[in-house]
Amino acid sequence: MDGPLPLLRMEGMNKRFSGVPALSGASLDIDPGEVHALVGQNGAGKSTLIKILTGAYRKDAGDITFEGRRIEFASPEAAQRGGISTIYQEINLIPYRSVAENIFLGRPYRRFGFLDWPRMNREATELLRRFDVRIDVHEPLFAFNTAIQQMVAIARAVSFDAKLVIMDEPTSSLADNEVEILYGVIRQLRATGISVIFVSHKLDELYEVCDRVTVMRDGRTIATTSMAEISKLELVAAMLGRDMQSVRREGQTSFHGKSHGVHRDLLSADGLVAGTKVKNASVSVSSGEISGLAGLLGSGRTEVARLIFGVDQPDAGTIVMEGRAVKFAEPIDAINRGIGYCSEDRKVEGIVPEMSVRENLTLAILPRLSQWGIVDEVRQQEIVNKFIERLGIKTSGPDQKIRELSGGNQQKVLLARWLCLDPKVLILDEPTRGIDVGGKAEIQMLIRELAEAGLGVLMISSELEEVIEGSDRVFVLRDGRTVADLQREELSEIVVMTAMAHGEGTADGNAA
Amino acid sequence: MTYIPRLLRGQSVLLALALLVLFGAWRYDHFLGLFNVLTFLRYNSMFALIALGMCFVIMTGGIDLSVGSTAAMASVVAAYVSPYGLLPGLACGALAGIAVGVLNGLLITQLNILPFIATLASMLAASGLGLLLAGNESISVSYESGFTVIGQGDILGFPIPAWIAIMVFALGSLILNFTSFGRNILAVGGGEDAAHLMGLPVNRVKFIVYVISGLMAGLAGVQLAAQFGAGQPTEGLGWELFAIASVVVGGTLLTGGVGSVGATLSGVLLLGLVFNILNFENGMGFVSLRAHWQSILRGAFLLLVVIVQSRLALRVRRRIRLSAN
Repeated sequence: MDGPLPLLRMEGMNKRFSGVPALSGASLDIDPGEVHALVGQNGAGKSTLIKILTGAYRKDAGDITFEGRRIEFASPEAAQRGGISTIYQEINLIPYRSVAENIFLGRPYRRFGFLDWPRMNREATELLRRFDVRIDVHEPLFAFNTAIQQMVAIARAVSFDAKLVIMDEPTSSLADNEVEILYGVIRQLRATGISVIFVSHKLDELYEVCDRVTVMRDGRTIATTSMAEISKLELVAAMLGRDMQSVRREGQTSFHGKSHGVHRDLLSADGLVAGTKVKNASVSVSSGEISGLAGLLGSGRTEVARLIFGVDQPDAGTIVMEGRAVKFAEPIDAINRGIGYCSEDRKVEGIVPEMSVRENLTLAILPRLSQWGIVDEVRQQEIVNKFIERLGIKTSGPDQKIRELSGGNQQKVLLARWLCLDPKVLILDEPTRGIDVGGKAEIQMLIRELAEAGLGVLMISSELEEVIEGSDRVFVLRDGRTVADLQREELSEIVVMTAMAHGEGTADGNAA
Repeated sequence: MTYIPRLLRGQSVLLALALLVLFGAWRYDHFLGLFNVLTFLRYNSMFALIALGMCFVIMTGGIDLSVGSTAAMASVVAAYVSPYGLLPGLACGALAGIAVGVLNGLLITQLNILPFIATLASMLAASGLGLLLAGNESISVSYESGFTVIGQGDILGFPIPAWIAIMVFALGSLILNFTSFGRNILAVGGGEDAAHLMGLPVNRVKFIVYVISGLMAGLAGVQLAAQFGAGQPTEGLGWELFAIASVVVGGTLLTGGVGSVGATLSGVLLLGLVFNILNFENGMGFVSLRAHWQSILRGAFLLLVVIVQSRLALRVRRRIRLSAN
């Protein structure tokens, strides 16, 4: 390649986790003094690539050249000393310690063998002033808001003489005005010749602050291009693995005929606001229908589900169920009103791996099966048998440990856990993630059957086909806002992707 | 802007301490008499040493339950060696403590055993070892070799144990505030993962604080033997809890990351005074408060501080959660 040598070049990166490929020949080029966006869906391999670069993981194969030298860092610490600093999403500093101390921990200034506090405080003040941050560096870090904490983390990175600063979703916890401050700092870094890798799912931000973008998908690098040369829609298409030509054709055929059926909403949430992630989200579910909830990673889908289920509390907005406004202080309140929620993380928030299928299946209904703390085991067994048969759960028996089941069958047990409560609404967060193809089709069919039997389903999915083909109605979230409410007949990949990319245009006000 | 409440910076402990002293001075004739003050300082120096070691351990987010029985075992060792002189007795007692500290450090950093469990095990082991060495009896120290000076002697009219405690605390404060090791202690306790990502030697820091704690327990054991003229394998019961209470009353967070050496000393003195005042109260003869009252009062102090602390911790957590969301 002609022109200036890249600051960083990663080529042919391979990495497998217990046999499953996470990276297959991925590459990444960063020029000196550029802000480079790294984007991709969940599982695209971004974080694996970053972790290999910063020494948190070992590569299986591939070459990394940094400042013209072959490198392989043994730890994040070594990477830091080598000139690559990472600003993590959750700020990795020590909250109780002072701002100055957080900047200089690990390589303090000394005088006569003892720590030179005056100098560290002075230099920390100066360093932060370069970023227009004027604070008392003697104060403990936790006394400041997230944006300032992030500035401190960046100041720490810069004071290490970093040539490359990696920011992992740096804006996800910032308020809008704080984001502006961060942009200022990033531009300042660029002006002083420091390169920035900017990982984010918010498209507007990328166009605001980045020079180039690398798109990853399925462990591969799909494209690297200047931000000026790629439209938001093309970017979304690349992330989701869609061919623009075919998408346009398809879009032209089905992007018409808006007829809005009248929905009898079973559950509707309107204008939900919570923290920095949910800004104005509205969704509704009708009985006998599947409502899809689409959006890029970080658009606030799971957060919305948690608000509805009473795990978190909204700052504003209303939730109406069967015509009555409801407020769920705890999940149990939502459960008692007839809502079930299968979370995205089956392993952590769903199954109890060491417990049997029977125990896992009846976990939620147990209070209703017990009297004075004693479980009615006969009824328990009846329920278990019924659902094993009805959902076709493949198990050697109710007493088999659930961890021995396949992903698809585990998911069925979780579905059964809610179904035996006879819910009216079921919220499914990524119901087919990590399930093999056969199991996936079975789960999808099962969800459809359940809807046909009268259940209202709110299905969150990152897979475009699943949302579009599986839903009767789709809500698209973008940056915490519902930007589109699409009926079955107006659903197409281009419409959904346009809404994800731009937000405007398809955002019609046809909410029921 | 949120500040750490003053209480947690130690001032309130000092204030409470001052109030208690004033109360004692007003109520009892000989409370501020030389005899009472010096006896009080001499006796409580042992606990001060142990509390200092505990303070370092707790600041990393750990705990050391073995200090009491380590001190007892070290007192036996020191008593056996005392005929050879002051220095050998001192050194061997200290080494006995260090040995337990090294064991704790290895268990915790190399085998990743929880500090609570690791030091519980070594507490039992040290206790058994002390009893075994002493054959279940007190071991008299030698009065001819000069060993007892370290517990019973004075320099410039001030008890040697108190001199030692003052020097050790001054050194501890210097280490905590003006050396990298000291700051690393607080960083490890305040966020172990973050400290690791910053490249701080997390395991080394943890190992060393347990060795220090062991050393302090060993020195306290030497004091025990020298002050009371015997190695006492059955002493030390509950000392670890007294030390933990002193550290916490001094405003050190049990979760680690925040702490002060000076405030720990105040905590020791405060809890020690409770006992002293009870003695005087009984001496006046109006009421007869049993010794058990000291535990109740100490417990009340402890609870008070912990309640304030948990409120602070809640506030910090809320802050952290805000930044995580």
